[in-house]
Amino acid sequence: MVPFNVLLAVALGYVAFLFLIAFAAERAAQRGRGFWLRSPAIYTLSLSVYCTAWTFYGAVGYAARSGLEYLTIYLGPTIVFLAWWSLLRKLVRIGRTQRITSIADLISSRYGKSPGLAVFVTVLAVVGTTPYIALQLQSVTLSFSVIARSVDGGWALPNVNATAFVVAAGLALFTILFGTRNLDANERHHGVVTAIAVEAIVKLVALLAVGVFVVWGIAGGASDMLSRIARSPIAEAAAPGPRWVALTALSAAAIICLPRMFQVMVVENADERHLSTAAWAFPLYLLAMSLFVVPIAVVGLEILPEGQNPDLYVLTLPLQEGREGLAMLAFLGGFSSATSMVIVAAIALSTMVSNHIVMPIWLRMNGGRGATVSGDVRQIVLNARRASIGAVLLLGYLYYRLTGGTEALASIGLISFAGVVQVLPALVGGIFWRGATGRGAATGLAVGFAVWLYAMFLPSFGDWVMPAHVLAEGPFGVGWLAPERLFGLGGIDPMLRALLVSLGPNTAAFVVVSLLDFPSPLDRLQAAQFVNVLDNSRRPAGWADTRAEAEDLLVMAQRIIGADEARAIFAEFAHEQGKAGALPDPTPAFIERLERELAGSVGAATAHAMIAQITGGASISVEDLLAVADETAQMMEHSSQLEAKSRELARTARQLQEVNEKLRELSEQKDAFLSQVSHELRTPMTSIRAFAEILMAEDGLSGEEVRRYSGIIHDESLRLTRLLDDLLDLSVLENGRVSLDSQECNLHDIIDSAVKATESIISGRAIEIRREATAENVRLRTDPDRLRQVFINLITNARKYCAAASPVLRIRVRVLRDGIIVDFIDNGDGIAPQHRDIIFEKFSRLSDQAAAGSAGLGLAICREIVTRLGGSIAYLAGEAGTAFRVTLPRQADGRAPVRAGADTGVSSEGEAA
Amino acid sequence: MPGRVLLIEDEPNIAEAIRFVLGREGWSVVTHENGADAVARVRGVAPDVLILDVMLPNRSGYDILRELREDPATARLPVLMLTARGQARDRETAEEIGVSRFMTKPFSNRELVETVRELGVAAGVRE
Amino acid sequence: MTDPLRPVFVERRAYRRRRLMDAARLLPFVGAVLILAPVVLRPEGRAMTTAPTLIYLFAVWFGLIVGAALIARRLDDEDRGAD
Repeated sequence: MVPFNVLLAVALGYVAFLFLIAFAAERAAQRGRGFWLRSPAIYTLSLSVYCTAWTFYGAVGYAARSGLEYLTIYLGPTIVFLAWWSLLRKLVRIGRTQRITSIADLISSRYGKSPGLAVFVTVLAVVGTTPYIALQLQSVTLSFSVIARSVDGGWALPNVNATAFVVAAGLALFTILFGTRNLDANERHHGVVTAIAVEAIVKLVALLAVGVFVVWGIAGGASDMLSRIARSPIAEAAAPGPRWVALTALSAAAIICLPRMFQVMVVENADERHLSTAAWAFPLYLLAMSLFVVPIAVVGLEILPEGQNPDLYVLTLPLQEGREGLAMLAFLGGFSSATSMVIVAAIALSTMVSNHIVMPIWLRMNGGRGATVSGDVRQIVLNARRASIGAVLLLGYLYYRLTGGTEALASIGLISFAGVVQVLPALVGGIFWRGATGRGAATGLAVGFAVWLYAMFLPSFGDWVMPAHVLAEGPFGVGWLAPERLFGLGGIDPMLRALLVSLGPNTAAFVVVSLLDFPSPLDRLQAAQFVNVLDNSRRPAGWADTRAEAEDLLVMAQRIIGADEARAIFAEFAHEQGKAGALPDPTPAFIERLERELAGSVGAATAHAMIAQITGGASISVEDLLAVADETAQMMEHSSQLEAKSRELARTARQLQEVNEKLRELSEQKDAFLSQVSHELRTPMTSIRAFAEILMAEDGLSGEEVRRYSGIIHDESLRLTRLLDDLLDLSVLENGRVSLDSQECNLHDIIDSAVKATESIISGRAIEIRREATAENVRLRTDPDRLRQVFINLITNARKYCAAASPVLRIRVRVLRDGIIVDFIDNGDGIAPQHRDIIFEKFSRLSDQAAAGSAGLGLAICREIVTRLGGSIAYLAGEAGTAFRVTLPRQADGRAPVRAGADTGVSSEGEAA
Repeated sequence: MPGRVLLIEDEPNIAEAIRFVLGREGWSVVTHENGADAVARVRGVAPDVLILDVMLPNRSGYDILRELREDPATARLPVLMLTARGQARDRETAEEIGVSRFMTKPFSNRELVETVRELGVAAGVRE
Repeated sequence: MTDPLRPVFVERRAYRRRRLMDAARLLPFVGAVLILAPVVLRPEGRAMTTAPTLIYLFAVWFGLIVGAALIARRLDDEDRGAD
């Protein structure tokens, strides 16, 4: 009733619908509205790629042949999902933390990022999956032919192979479109996953519909069904125990090791918490999928004619009962099962092939040049994926053609399973045993793969690959090497034998080599990280919280951020956690916060590494280590800067010490100065008081005496006044509070006035002063009164101290380009070199023979004044007598420019008129 | 009759005042103004009382006193020390060395005369 | 008044959580034993009768699913409570 065209239209329409779903999902994800795409339900449904056409159609056939044994295929995965907490969560966590893209990537990453292992696992996966893809093609083709034949009364598809090819090509197209749309860092394919979830519903609904129809439509309900089962040929089955266990174990292993399962379970996982839903929902799905398998098989065996392929009962039963609609639904269910498996498997395999085989080769061929242009590589990767998808499907198709599509579906599925589970020892060992090494994994895989190829895979091709006599009697007649009786295990169940002969040596080799091996550092690092992933990585809360850890963390934190701050943070968090003590539970939230705090001090990578070390083992990735190295380099640089700073500090400290020393000296000098001042003041006062008392007390003084003593009092008073003037002067000068009255003046006039002033001083001997009138005629800008004070002092000194018989003072003036030199040279004894520096210090009288009346402040004052005037005064060595040189600038105040041509023009040389 | 006083003082005006004041009391006053040869002068003059300034050219009064005290001939010579640096430390230093009396400048003439007289009496000079 | 009581509550919750985790770890072994029991414990040479075994297996299966769902739900709640 349903023409082939309609069947084709329905199939194509369904495919178009899937395209739409996938497309919509991709769009939603891109626009960020796809939160529902990341629901636990979608995740659980996507896991149903486990249920392929083999389980959809084949399970019924399996049940029709072997009774309940088919259940092991579902019970194994159920047990695995019951172990989600300790096993699957670990896998998913590893996948997320290590950014694993495939099972080959996982194995390679675990074992020191070995590229060789990745290639090996990829090849194994391709070889193990190809028969399975062939199986899907076969089932689709078969179902097509069944429906078409029944519809058109024996009409067969003109070319079964052509159908298979069309299906393969269509699937390749779909996979390429939605599997390689983008190159996500996390390798998630929203469109594909959503389409698969829809297909999961379709196949479940289809199988349940057929089951309900069989139980309540054909049989008379549940109890009738049970009695039918009891009466059926499969009412009792041999079901040998070891085989049952082996099959359960095999399917349990397969759900972890199958590349497509790894893809949906680990790679496409959007949120680790989805696992807790899938943990019960996926077993429930499997239960629902297998619920009606036995009834369908029993009823099929009962009412369908002998010789009907039990693998197709799901289709043929509704057709037999004239339910074309139901048959159509069943067909779509089988179609869904096949396509979803092929799509996911192709994506998983293409990821592996392009990442681990094509890309390394391409990069090597390009000598690494290409890797520098990221956009370029991205395109290359995408093309490699597309080509890989095509190649994988082509391989599947070729396998289908080679095996002729005659094999019972179930046995191909089992061979496939046995192939991919060779990864199991390396995988499980890798995530639970830190001692597992790369060489151990490689050896185990190689052994297992070789045995599987020889004993299971090659024989499946039939005579033309492995001649019948080899199959039966072994190569060269060596019986125990015959694939069917390998190692003398001919007597036991083939399934169990296959597992034993492949997984056994595989595991043994893996363990033994690992035990003997010494792994590379990277290997060991990754081992620690994988095995301890649940303890170390962040997501869900509180795996291993012990007090000791919190204390360790506190100790470390104190070391890094200081005791007070560390305790404050811990106490605060303890309070937030509602704990009375000072130590919080080391929850991930707390550890994360602490890590951030520490990172502020020591850098993120170091902080992470430190925390990881304390929170259990070394969860340090190579990137972490590199980052640590980076930070260490930075810190070394920083510390060298610190060192420089500390050197600078030491220098500053030294300088401070010197300054301190100077201050102490100054303080002593101040004491000495005060003592000196006291002495200088008391000396004239002593004379004054003594003579005043004499004048007051004595009556019989002569007029001469009175006059003389009054004169002494007068002189000493003057001396006192002068001393006070000098002290005041010095203090004002030294404090810099002196105000200079700069003006244009003539040096000649100043010297004149100074000489005249000294002549009026009574004390001291006369001194001949020789001057150079013409040279003195220099104009300069200075404070004439202050300068005169200096000159008076110098002349007075000469008069006082020049010991020559006829003292002569020469005043020599020389004009330089930007300064004036005035030398005062007498014909005395000069000053000894060791005294030349101290004569400018206060109270530094060298000899006092003629020093009466001088406190030794004169030169100190002179130096202060000249310095204020912007010049300098120094003892002039190399002259016959005592010589002082006063150097003056042309203008005392640099900020006050000389007015051009103001007077004689002498001082305005070079100034623009 | 009062005895002989040796005055070692570099300030001529002060020396003149002291000589006048002590001279009026009957002391014969010999003056000396340099520190360098002061000890020799003391030995030469052999005064009954020595008046010694601290701040002397070339040699401090302390040094001179120390040398005098080390010489048995002058160890018990009454010495009046005068200083214009009236700090407590100066007095302590002088007393450690063995000064008889210590006066800071400016001094009162009467006090000076009294002190010298006391020193003279102690030295066995008759009134 | 609530403060002194809270640590006790947390302590109890942490304890419950550990036992839940124990249960989660134990569940697959319980499941494996129950699932494999009918064939492994079957007397030597006797065939398996399909209908009763089928009912037994599905009952065990469903029971395990319910158990897993309860544990998972509780663990999830704990997680959310802890956050």
